[in-house]
Amino acid sequence: MSITRRQFLKVGGSAAAVTTLYSVGIKPSAEASTRSFRLHYSREITTICPFCGVGCGIICHVRDGQLINTEGDPDHPVNEGTLCSKGSSLFNMASVYDEQGNAVPNPHRVTQVLYRAPKAKDWEVVDWDWALETIASRVRQTRDEHFVQTNADGVTVNRNPAISWLGSAMVNNEENYLFHKITRSLGILNIDHCARL
Amino acid sequence: MTQSILIDTSKCMGCRACQVACKQWNQLPADKTEFAGTYENPPRVSPVTWMRITFQEEETDKGVKWYFGNQRCMHCTDAACEIVCPVGAIYHSEEGTVNINFNKCIGCNYCAASCPFKVISFNRKTDLPTKCTFCYDRIASGYQPACSTACPTGAITFGERRDLINQASHRVMDLNDNGNSNAMLYGLDELSGTGMLYLLEDVPSHYNLPASPEVPLQARLWGMLFKPLRIFVVLAMALGLWTNYNKTREIKNAVKSQKSSEHTEHNG
Amino acid sequence: MTNHWSDYQYSDVMMNIGLNTAENHPISMKWIEKAKDKGGKLICVDPRFTRTAAVSDLYVPIRPGTNIAFLAGMINYAIENNLVHREYMAHYSNATYLVNPEYSFEDGMFSGAGMDDDGVGGQKVFYDKSSWSYQLGEDGEPIQDMAMNNPQSVYQLMRQHFSRYDLDTVSDITGCPKETLEECAKLFCSTGDPKKAGNILYAMGITQFTHGAEAVRAIAILQTILGNMGRPGGGVNAQRGQSNVQGATDMAMLYHIIPGYMPVPDENAHPTLEAYHATTPGGYWQNRPKFLTSLLKAFWGDHATAANDFCYDYMPKLDKERSHIAAYKYMGEGEVKGLICWADNPAVGGPTAGRKRNVSRNLDWLVSVDIFENETATFWKEPGVNPEEIDTEVFVLPAALHVERDGTISNSGRWIQWRYAAIEPAGDSKPDLWIADKLFKAIRKEYETNGKVFPDPILKMNWDYGEDASSAAVALEINGKDLTTGEQITSFGQLKDDGTTAAGNWLYAGYYADSSNPACQKRIRETEGIGNHPDWSYCWPLNRRIVYNRCSADPQGKPWNPDLPLFSWDEASESWDALDVPDFVAGLPPEESAKNAFIMTGEGKSRLFTTGLADGPFPEHYEPWESPLKNRMSSVEFNPCSTVWYPDDRGTSEEFPLVATSYRLSEHYQSGAMTRNMPWLVESMPGIFVEISQSLADQVGVKNGEKVVVSSHRGEFESPVCITPRVKAFQAGGKTLEMVGIIWHWGFAGLSKGPVANDVSPSIGDPNTTIPEYKAFLCNIRKVV
Repeated sequence: MSITRRQFLKVGGSAAAVTTLYSVGIKPSAEASTRSFRLHYSREITTICPFCGVGCGIICHVRDGQLINTEGDPDHPVNEGTLCSKGSSLFNMASVYDEQGNAVPNPHRVTQVLYRAPKAKDWEVVDWDWALETIASRVRQTRDEHFVQTNADGVTVNRNPAISWLGSAMVNNEENYLFHKITRSLGILNIDHCARL
Repeated sequence: MTQSILIDTSKCMGCRACQVACKQWNQLPADKTEFAGTYENPPRVSPVTWMRITFQEEETDKGVKWYFGNQRCMHCTDAACEIVCPVGAIYHSEEGTVNINFNKCIGCNYCAASCPFKVISFNRKTDLPTKCTFCYDRIASGYQPACSTACPTGAITFGERRDLINQASHRVMDLNDNGNSNAMLYGLDELSGTGMLYLLEDVPSHYNLPASPEVPLQARLWGMLFKPLRIFVVLAMALGLWTNYNKTREIKNAVKSQKSSEHTEHNG
Repeated sequence: MTNHWSDYQYSDVMMNIGLNTAENHPISMKWIEKAKDKGGKLICVDPRFTRTAAVSDLYVPIRPGTNIAFLAGMINYAIENNLVHREYMAHYSNATYLVNPEYSFEDGMFSGAGMDDDGVGGQKVFYDKSSWSYQLGEDGEPIQDMAMNNPQSVYQLMRQHFSRYDLDTVSDITGCPKETLEECAKLFCSTGDPKKAGNILYAMGITQFTHGAEAVRAIAILQTILGNMGRPGGGVNAQRGQSNVQGATDMAMLYHIIPGYMPVPDENAHPTLEAYHATTPGGYWQNRPKFLTSLLKAFWGDHATAANDFCYDYMPKLDKERSHIAAYKYMGEGEVKGLICWADNPAVGGPTAGRKRNVSRNLDWLVSVDIFENETATFWKEPGVNPEEIDTEVFVLPAALHVERDGTISNSGRWIQWRYAAIEPAGDSKPDLWIADKLFKAIRKEYETNGKVFPDPILKMNWDYGEDASSAAVALEINGKDLTTGEQITSFGQLKDDGTTAAGNWLYAGYYADSSNPACQKRIRETEGIGNHPDWSYCWPLNRRIVYNRCSADPQGKPWNPDLPLFSWDEASESWDALDVPDFVAGLPPEESAKNAFIMTGEGKSRLFTTGLADGPFPEHYEPWESPLKNRMSSVEFNPCSTVWYPDDRGTSEEFPLVATSYRLSEHYQSGAMTRNMPWLVESMPGIFVEISQSLADQVGVKNGEKVVVSSHRGEFESPVCITPRVKAFQAGGKTLEMVGIIWHWGFAGLSKGPVANDVSPSIGDPNTTIPEYKAFLCNIRKVV
């Protein structure tokens, strides 16, 4: 793999410690008001913006495994470092700033496997193995009960009309390709995504 | 003043990339807002909103015009905030930007009250004034300010003041030649020059800018009379608190009047 | 997109229609501004004054649902004022071809119309397209008249068809003042000058109608007759609304195709592999059997042999329409029992969304994979719904963020770009690839032990990505390889139909050929050239950045605009000076390759007249399904080929006198499932609103910011109003028509909550695509007291 500039561990900015402002939180001490440049000792990793179809390049600044900043990739020939309001907010999808100005994980993220039983009023947290096995069992039952091997004319059709699959324009090509393999192997024809929605 | 930011309103599309990029870089949480009949939100600068886009719309004989303004600290040469600061916490950096040294700030709020552009907010939790820093930290490290980095259309450019003035003057002439006689460059002479230069397609009021901003007389007097006498810091505190009280009332009134006026005006 | 983003800088005139590029694709404005700096002009055609209109040189308001009338007016203006690029049209389009004398058009209907069962209990028009054909000579080739004077030539028929769309008529239909239309036509048709390039950019404001596909065709026709296709700064540029809607479409997450735009096997048309191959089209598509065989080899590996038709029968065969509108109807009827909804949110984004949520309770189970809880997964939690009455089991699988996983996505310009994982997935969330891999493995295990009904397609599926699948391993399979040598292929030209090659998607051949330095990870900016950046990522097909690029030069090989050459024929060396990958046979002399400038069509020409669509060889104006006006052009009210899924859903203009159109804001994204959970964006656009004119506000007695109920025949929702001069009533068809602009990003889940505006939109779509008519329907509003 050829290493490009963005894949290098890059020390952001000069070493000069500069005065910055704390807008919120406790009154900054002398030490805090002369903190070092925000991107110091961060790694730059490139991504492509997940919003519209322009395909802008974004740099993720990561330090100690934490996302600390995202901004436009100046090398990218489509956006040349610029971004819109949504692209500029990418950081917010992962983390938000609380009233004290500390970055905390976005509290609305789903980070556990959730299950809702029939008639239940709320979620229960389950584990991956149980969820995958249970879904696989539901998929098999539904498919096998409604599978059509030949039509009235005797043509082999091998279709499963009882399951529908939606999505997705929000996932990668490789993922969509696997979706396609899964759906066709199960005989699913009710397939659609946002291109139509 | 060596470096400046030029806002070319003829290229601004009101996308608010800058407004968000400012928050992103400066690690500012979101203000709680509500829809009030206009795209404009947050409705004013605040301790966590240092710059924002203003939206005004007007029916003209050439059809609808939608004006996108860019409100934030202007980084004035003749800076009222600096003049009134009783403890010298507000200063001009080598680049000409106006910054605040929080180690000196006593939280009197006189700066916010005296600002002719009303772009300094006072954080009641910390008793500190807040405003656009011109991304001083980014500039010092070789980066551009967050707003100009993000701006998709080139409506916000950061650079040598001389170059920007040159560039903007040509554009004003182009706009004038194409029948827009109102186009002007704002910030060249205002308050002896502001760090923020605006290429306006129309009169300043469409962009929430005062036509002829001035350092308030009381600020000048205050600066002349009291500033040399740092001993009167306590007095400054008292005056600050008094101004603060007035300011709070002013904001409350503004909110009230905005709510009632929104029913009749197009803020867009 | 035929061109790509940075290519916009070369446009002389850009027409934004059915699109709000400044708000929904803000970075496009970077390149549009560059074009404007060089003297380029931007036209904004939109029912309301948008942020794009604010930076445009000309704003053209048209009534929602009248795109075809508008575009037909432009076509007619170009023809009647002789602004067309005649030489281009004569050589690169089928304008010169003679059409079957039996072809006719009368009162809104083309020849061959007949009524038949629409499959959902009603009747609709189906066309017998035999008269939409060329006259053939004795050699079996179509007869041409290069002078285009023959009354049966496509050019003359086209001229006749569109002559009905004079500016007065178009003005009456669209509600746009005639002077504005004329100014627009004059400006855009100036790009018929061979030296100039005109660019039409569009999005869902063109496609989300019962006549959406024909509107796209109208754009293509206009661009062909003005000579704007295949040229820098030109093209038909469909701006994609989602980061990978292009890739998801390429990978065929759609009911009617399989990867690489091949039709899904149909039980009537393709009962066998032989029958499938018998429908192989002409042009470059004659290679389709190679693409299909390679796909089947990628899917079922060693199990796919010539003896078993490469497992062709493992592919399910289509019986009827199965788009999402159809699937939800079948869900309501009890046919669909299980739903896997992957990063999609039809409970907010779908048409008549209230019905979608309502019929979801018919499901036995629902699986939602997402990064936030969306309304589709939480339909049982909607306010006013009693969960105890709902038996559906719901699973929510937490997905990793885009910055927490790797893989490629394809932008509108077809650039396949790699993104790297920056951080680890939070909590128990997992990359979608991991989830898909584990889910398939769980299903396969289930079938190994419990499967009774035809488990072969599952058990024999080629799924060789190791313990934990990686994007790279899957990419290698999509790219394709030669099975005899084991080498990755670099071009789809290497694919074979004998089972010796395997490729998951022929269009992606070459994007991941070299696993040590895959093309999709390239990051080398162009230093000279015209901004095609051939070494930045990979672009399908074959890294070609501007498609149909033979048309950038005249038949002799001279660029139409010598100042902006893409290809120019060098007499001395008898070769092309090229700045892009040729979309033609570069080894042929220019006069020869010029005969086949559109290699994907059988005749090698851009089709001004086509059999390709269900609803006509030429675009024709029909009113939307719900309209306040009668169709001025014919007695046919709305597209006669559209399936009416829910006849009872249709409202009348007596009850619902206002025209509704729906759209998005720059600060939010689609159903808001992501952006409504992002505080900075919620701060800038905190809640739902609808936009109305001052005159409508006065009628309703509502003030700015006050609440109204927006109702249609399908549902209603409550929303504050934004009263603005940017929305105005249209004077059309002798009436004053008020419009309600509906913003639809909200739902009842997440940080920023609001009503689901799509509860009012209709579940009817285009006959070719079934894309719903979100952009023009009838509604009413009343003040909330």
